[in-house]
Amino acid sequence: MRREAHLGDRIFYLLLNGVALSVLMLLGAIAWQLIHLSLPAIHKFGFGFFSSTNWDPVQEVFGAGPVIFGTLVSSGLALLIAAPISVGVALFLNELAPRRLAEAVGFLVEMLAAIPSVVYGLWGIFVLAPFLRITVEPWLSGHFGWLPLFRGAPYGVGMLAAALILAMMITPTIAAICKEVFRAVPQSQREAARALGATKWETMRLAVLESSHSGILGAVILGLARALGETMAVTMVIGNRAEIAASLFAPGQTMASVIANEYAEASGDLHLSALAFVGLALFAVSFAINSVARILVWRLNRNRGRDF
Amino acid sequence: MNPIQMKKSKYSRLASLRSSVCVSAMALTLSQVATLGMNGNVAAAAVQTINGAGATFPYPLYSKWFSEYRKVDPSLEINYQSIGSGGGVRQLLEKTIDFGASDAPMTAEQMAKTQLPILHIPTVLGAVAITYHLPGFKGDLRLSSEVLAELFLGKITKWNDPKLKALNPSLAASLPDTFVMVAHRSDGSGTSAIFTDYLSKVSPEWKSKVGAGTALKWPVGLGGKGNEGVTGLIKQTPGGLGYVELVYAETNHLPVARLKNRSGVFVAPSPHSVSAAAAAEAANMPKDFRVSITDAQGKDSYPISAFTYLLVYQRMKATQAPQFRKFLDWALTDGQKLAQPLSYAPLPAELVKKVKEEVAKIQAVQAVPAGK
Repeated sequence: MRREAHLGDRIFYLLLNGVALSVLMLLGAIAWQLIHLSLPAIHKFGFGFFSSTNWDPVQEVFGAGPVIFGTLVSSGLALLIAAPISVGVALFLNELAPRRLAEAVGFLVEMLAAIPSVVYGLWGIFVLAPFLRITVEPWLSGHFGWLPLFRGAPYGVGMLAAALILAMMITPTIAAICKEVFRAVPQSQREAARALGATKWETMRLAVLESSHSGILGAVILGLARALGETMAVTMVIGNRAEIAASLFAPGQTMASVIANEYAEASGDLHLSALAFVGLALFAVSFAINSVARILVWRLNRNRGRDF
Repeated sequence: MNPIQMKKSKYSRLASLRSSVCVSAMALTLSQVATLGMNGNVAAAAVQTINGAGATFPYPLYSKWFSEYRKVDPSLEINYQSIGSGGGVRQLLEKTIDFGASDAPMTAEQMAKTQLPILHIPTVLGAVAITYHLPGFKGDLRLSSEVLAELFLGKITKWNDPKLKALNPSLAASLPDTFVMVAHRSDGSGTSAIFTDYLSKVSPEWKSKVGAGTALKWPVGLGGKGNEGVTGLIKQTPGGLGYVELVYAETNHLPVARLKNRSGVFVAPSPHSVSAAAAAEAANMPKDFRVSITDAQGKDSYPISAFTYLLVYQRMKATQAPQFRKFLDWALTDGQKLAQPLSYAPLPAELVKKVKEEVAKIQAVQAVPAGK
């Protein structure tokens, strides 16, 4: 077929090939550059970098423990909040809502994903943080103060604020993918469940959710990837202190926020290199997580293909 | 918008720009306007561009300088990117720019990275103001260096601490029983460097536990990104205490604390008290100006003041050196008059002379040596 192709077609084919390859090359270049920049820190700290909890630019001692902790806790908590809500939203839009309403709400949910993160951050500073400080955190420490999670001075900004902002930011991502996943469930399955006398809820549970496990997991993991890398909004509300604290009210620091905070003014070579090392770790983790999520969603689509 | 319309609007914008230039030029005398126009036409083909980058703190003043100076010498165009002091030093060492700018002098370690001599040209002064949020507290908060260090070390945790009451006897009753919420910069910053340089000088405990630098391991408090981040934290939290650049505090009318200086006088931060600190330290200034003037002598001196510098290689390209030297001379004389309206503290007169001698050291060479 290609032999008969026009010269124009061939050129176009090569051009697109080049474009596609350039994306891969870019990825490779980023990885190479990050590794190159982090070499001094890798030599100096080795794998102890990830377990050490001391991040002190003045003494030139760098350990990524607190920022890894901050990243995991803020993202994990955000997922706990966002995942059930997103799945619920997607179920409602796909299975229950009348079409008009589903389209309108679906559109608005997707609009949430289009809001720039700095706007989320500003909203976090001016609305969410005071609300947490004045209302939520005193209530939590009053009723659940026996848990170490809810102890300490209520500042408003801190880990809890960061997790809530992240939850809001990843909800549209997870909901949108879940919606696609549910849509991929063959209509025949729902009809079969109905024919057997299943209620609406049973239909959703047996016909839709049961066959979407890996797809939902994939959606959640893509949400996680977004939460891990989110920088601006988190930096604005997390309180920016590299320490490991049991309380959710305490300030924290994430891998992305420490880079955003300190890179521009870092003058020591080791400081720069340590920040690049954190970036490399974040890059590797995001890459791995995205790959897992893609594989899960892809497997789902392949299974769907077999059904037909 | 179709392309023709776009073109039109572009032209009209150009035209309005030109007319605004004309209006400002009318302030000059007629003859100057004539020569300006002629120079502009003749030199249009040979505009010399000089690129710089660095500190964000003096950026508003520098951009004013560069645009004003184009009226003096239309054949010199200076581009400046405010990427931060650390970036300025890095890029200067990598020679990607013609001059750098930094709020802190280069360290010996940084200077050792090049064999070429680098000059530090102080341009104006900056200061760090202590700002706070105490509802119901009317008047100026007074702080001493010891108490300030203890607040930022987390040793004084309540606003009605006896040490704070002792410093503010007449207002002691209105100091509330609330926790002190310390706010600091989370991003690496020259402001943090100046502030912690001061704390390290006045508190041995601070020096050994925390030290001085652009990014630090803070013992207590919350981090906000930029002056606006710190201010946001303080404004929202009753009991908030933090530090911001003086320019930022002045333009936003933040309440600022009076600090006890070495002579025991409580001084409020202002361009005047900051210049006074530089004047008091002018006599024992090292030749290269790489000096910290925090905790300065003199009874009018505000203690958390510092120079901001332009960093230049002593040997500059022959095509750039003469014009850049002239620009620096202008910045040190006429340029200084533009500082105060923007809340920057101008250099004291006794220092301007010394700095001009430093500027005169810039040499023109045919090719800049590559030595690194």
